[in-house]
Amino acid sequence: MIRLKNVFAAIILGAVSGMTAIAPTASAAEVNLYSYRQPFLMNPLLDAFTQQTGIKVNMVYLKKGMLERLKAEGANSPADLVLTADIGGLHNLVEAGLLQSSESNTLKHNVPGQFRHPDGLWYGLTTRARIIYAHKKRVKPGEVTTYEDLAKPHMKGRICIRSGKHVYNVSLLAWMIAAKGEAAAEAWAKGLKANLARKPQGNDRAQVKAVYTGECDVSLGNTYYMGKMMTNEKSPEQKDWAAAVNVIFPNQGDRGTHVNISGAGITKSAKNKANAVKLIEFLSNDAAQKIYAEDNFEYPVKAGVKVHPIVAGWGKFKAEETLLSNIAEHRTQATRIMDKVRFDN
Amino acid sequence: MAPTAKMNSWSWINVWSIGTVLIAAWVVLPIVAVLYIGLTPSDEIWTHLASTVLPLYISTTLQLMIGVGIGTLIIGVGTAWLVSTCRFPGRRLFEWALLLPMAMPAYVIAYVYTDILEYAGPVQSLLRDMFGWTTKREYWFPEIRSLGGAASMLTLVLYPYVYLLSRAAFMEQSVCVLEASRVLGRGPWRSFFSVALPLARPAIVIGVSLVLMETLNDFGTVDFFAVSTFTLGIYDVWLNMNNVAGAAQLAGLLLFFVVFLVLTERFARRKQRFHHTTSKYKALPGYELEGRARQLAIIGCALPVVFGFVLPAAVLGSYAVIYFEAAANPEVYRHAGNSVMLSALTAFLAVAIGIFMAYGVRLRNERIVRFMARFASLGYAVPGSVLAVGVLGSLGALDNGIDGFMRRNFEISTGLLFSGSIAAVTFGYLVRFLALSFGSVEASLAKITPNMDGAARSLGHGPFSTLTRIHIPLIRGSALTAAMLVFVDCMKELPMTVILRPFNFHTLATYVHEFASDEQLGEASLAALAIVGFGILPVLVLSFAITRSRPGHTKKDQSS
Repeated sequence: MIRLKNVFAAIILGAVSGMTAIAPTASAAEVNLYSYRQPFLMNPLLDAFTQQTGIKVNMVYLKKGMLERLKAEGANSPADLVLTADIGGLHNLVEAGLLQSSESNTLKHNVPGQFRHPDGLWYGLTTRARIIYAHKKRVKPGEVTTYEDLAKPHMKGRICIRSGKHVYNVSLLAWMIAAKGEAAAEAWAKGLKANLARKPQGNDRAQVKAVYTGECDVSLGNTYYMGKMMTNEKSPEQKDWAAAVNVIFPNQGDRGTHVNISGAGITKSAKNKANAVKLIEFLSNDAAQKIYAEDNFEYPVKAGVKVHPIVAGWGKFKAEETLLSNIAEHRTQATRIMDKVRFDN
Repeated sequence: MAPTAKMNSWSWINVWSIGTVLIAAWVVLPIVAVLYIGLTPSDEIWTHLASTVLPLYISTTLQLMIGVGIGTLIIGVGTAWLVSTCRFPGRRLFEWALLLPMAMPAYVIAYVYTDILEYAGPVQSLLRDMFGWTTKREYWFPEIRSLGGAASMLTLVLYPYVYLLSRAAFMEQSVCVLEASRVLGRGPWRSFFSVALPLARPAIVIGVSLVLMETLNDFGTVDFFAVSTFTLGIYDVWLNMNNVAGAAQLAGLLLFFVVFLVLTERFARRKQRFHHTTSKYKALPGYELEGRARQLAIIGCALPVVFGFVLPAAVLGSYAVIYFEAAANPEVYRHAGNSVMLSALTAFLAVAIGIFMAYGVRLRNERIVRFMARFASLGYAVPGSVLAVGVLGSLGALDNGIDGFMRRNFEISTGLLFSGSIAAVTFGYLVRFLALSFGSVEASLAKITPNMDGAARSLGHGPFSTLTRIHIPLIRGSALTAAMLVFVDCMKELPMTVILRPFNFHTLATYVHEFASDEQLGEASLAALAIVGFGILPVLVLSFAITRSRPGHTKKDQSS
């Protein structure tokens, strides 16, 4: 029995000491990242950063629970920098008091005023528009030109969309509230819901696939998905989906198309703040902005960086940017409206 | 190790019961942390939910639970009874093949079946080609992304829990009671329903309640199918309304519901005890099935295996071939190593702790010991991400407490010791899966008559010696089963791993999810197959071990 107990003790001791030693410590050549953005999107950029500066980037990709993790870890949190895919994430971090401001002339120069926090708590890095994908034949020119059109009776049974609770749709509805008020936004959500061809499901690409196969005529999606589908060598069938649709930038005649940003902010607990600033600066510079544009089909925030030729082919569009900071404030209301109109059911 | 008999009785009892309470308290911490978060006022979230989607959440969840509960009960108990007591061609094969779907994560099978059955998938395309339909409005086809679809997916991957536990129960049953029933004039059906089934009830109940708890906290499948369950509502309140307190309150309500269910069942069999009073075992009888019955038995056992495992594995395999270049990423080996290491460690710890606690309850059946042990198994009913928030909170408080203490007294900063480490992930797994090991070990211990303890103790053996020499050999089958359940569940575990893991750390599940959530299942197909493959290995090994572990089961019996 004694032997057995010793074995137990050795296993447990060894495991515990081995496991806890792994947490990285602050050092001159590191920066620790909590990311809402998927590693396969970020890795090319982060590798380039390490190559250029010699600073190693450690990363955890987590969507749910990042806020709670930062709060629980408190001042001892190893995280220096947070990357998000949506203004909502940045807003929640600011509200929770988890970000600190940083001053950088490079960032001020690279990131236009409307895409960064007034006190430098966060910086936008790319923008994307939420646009309408319309079947080339079944949707006549001029039939759909605004978000409002999607809620009109002539679109009945013709629209596909992902879950109303997805952050992209919640942000769109929050933007609608900011622009037109809560009552109008609710009426719009109700009208849109009534026009759906099927229960909300799948992601943005799956909607375009459904337009391609004839389940519906139009869908809503972010701009970069179009570029990804058109160039997808790994799953060539997606090229056919993309070829079946036109992209429509809504509301060009009035307030412009809804855009959202991806961005970064430095945590209050940052132990490697200087490196973290370097990383944001790197991501806002020409080289990295070009990778965002070329590999991910996003719109660079830095003026003068060219978009991907496919994206350029859609032409310039009028974006509604002034309401960006208001979107986050209306997210709870937007979620509740989705509940009220039973969008997903 | 060999104190005198006199100090034995008191010191050991204290060690066991205090140990049980302490371990349970440690495991309970994250659950308490979640409930504590729920104490914060949360606006008027309840009025909003009650007037909009709460009734829907509740009715959807109940329907899903009823569907999955009945489905897994019929498939699990039915097939377990067939392979344990009947003889038909392929029985030996089905004995272990019926376990295979267990290795398949529910979210993966959901992705695969959506690819096959959706409008653009091969099945509907073929139908359209055959009948000349061109649009969706011309024909009816069941929608896979629906409540029924979710219930089917969950039933297919969860019935092995019921199968495994009821099979173990049937195998641990003394044949004598069944023979007595037949001799007294009951037919095979009535013997099953009036003797075998009631005797196996504790095990079956544990199997079904595990299934129901898995159903309750499933997120991947219901999210992908957009089925509005209670758990989806919790996430919605937490993430979209940025209201973690409201989410914790909803999770608390879910917990009360689970506790209510468990207590109701316990109350229903409050006066029943199921000890085996005889030590006479021999090989189970093996009714030879013939004609129609034989065909039905084969089909009944084959269908769950085909739809729960063979078909989805084949689809994943074909993706792996098509996308081989993208999928064959050398990093997958490292992720696989992480998955196996974490799962094995957790399985070992969970069974050791499970045995300790179940034995502690058996030795000293006091209210506080029993209560803490039960409370500690509640982690299984809390949605993974919510529980992870509880783990974050309790470990963060502990780490920062130690750090503050060390700073004040020694001017040393220890920083975060556990948060964001593999220890945190392992702790999270333990909190979540302890119910699996504790439940199966406790059910198995309950079947050992206390007379055995009495005999061993009166012959001078202490509690520890009695445990290792009497109980552990007798419950070996269930303990192995428990280890396997925990191992496989850890291999598939996703939400806690994602939230609790250290920097630059992947398991197979997090890797698969990263791609699959972007509907790029092809690139993750090899890793998904690896989850299934590594999950199958222990399933197979232990399945054979369980067959052999049946008391009185000798080589001679097997060959007869």
